[in-house]
Amino acid sequence: MTTVNVQDKKRNILKDFLEGSRLSIPIALGYFPVSFTFGLMAVRGGIPVWIVILISMTNITSAGQFAGTNLIIAGAGLTEIAVTTFVINIRYMLMSLSLSQRLVAGVSSIKRLIMAFVVTDETFTVAAMQKRDISFSFMAGLELLPYIGWSAGTAVGAMVCTLLPQTLQDSMGIALYAMFIALVIPAAKKSRAALVVAGCAIIISTVIKWIPVFSFISGGWRIIIATAIACTLGAKMFPPQDAETDRE
Amino acid sequence: MGIYMDKVLAAVLLMALVTYLPRVLPLAIFKNKIRSRFLTAFLSYVPYAVLGAMIFPDILTSTGHLASAAAGLVIASVMAYFERGLLQVAVCAIIAVYVCELILVRMV
Repeated sequence: MTTVNVQDKKRNILKDFLEGSRLSIPIALGYFPVSFTFGLMAVRGGIPVWIVILISMTNITSAGQFAGTNLIIAGAGLTEIAVTTFVINIRYMLMSLSLSQRLVAGVSSIKRLIMAFVVTDETFTVAAMQKRDISFSFMAGLELLPYIGWSAGTAVGAMVCTLLPQTLQDSMGIALYAMFIALVIPAAKKSRAALVVAGCAIIISTVIKWIPVFSFISGGWRIIIATAIACTLGAKMFPPQDAETDRE
Repeated sequence: MGIYMDKVLAAVLLMALVTYLPRVLPLAIFKNKIRSRFLTAFLSYVPYAVLGAMIFPDILTSTGHLASAAAGLVIASVMAYFERGLLQVAVCAIIAVYVCELILVRMV
């Protein structure tokens, strides 16, 4: 009996891993042009190729490492670099907290430390859109290819540097946003709560960005503020019983 | 060269640390389900809010020109509405932007 159970368990681990990998293919491919651009930019700014690749392999985040690298190139101090990067990355706290509530029971500490490493805007949202609770093997599958895509894209970008025409480089800037749109619109079609929350966040983010009084708020804080207000509103207007949140 | 490289490496490691900490702390600390219904609902809405706030208005400045970004936005939105896959939406948006950029560059 027990051997059958062990075999079943192994099969589930593999199934979850493959399912995560399948869902991560578009993320990995979407990362490539973005990290490619990062590689180009950083090398052009005078940072050695191997350090540029190291940045992508240890940070795996778009906004944070773009900002941090720009500051390095500008010759900023360590404190400023650390604080700016941290502020941009505070949003991951909300994501990891949200993710911690969706994990299957009994995921060990070490597994939590590992899976936290590649919690990105995209891997988080794809995981969060799953109907089932999330296992470690699913997250591992979901994170592996994007990690490779992000690192490889940076490496290629850093080495090719300026072979690509400027127009094509500019056009690739839209890739990540198009992916975000492809994630949020289908969800907003199915759930009124998702529509209202996303809509609120867009309005707040736009107000902060475009109204000069708020110009002191950086990009990282803008996302945090918009998320906090929109989710508070959503939780008040659509409490769990009429939302799809009651999973227990 | 030596001192400069040391500083760059220190900056990179610091960046890695302040990126990892916010990712790992909540996962390491909250091992039980949160009981508050308000917080549960709040957290379940985080992905939609984050996506909304990240898309707009930043998407408008993600390419060479506002017009090409707007074209990419419209194409991506229409395709997402008809529930095409992530990659398909991304590639079509890039193509739309690229065509637009080519036209704009010719005109100027």
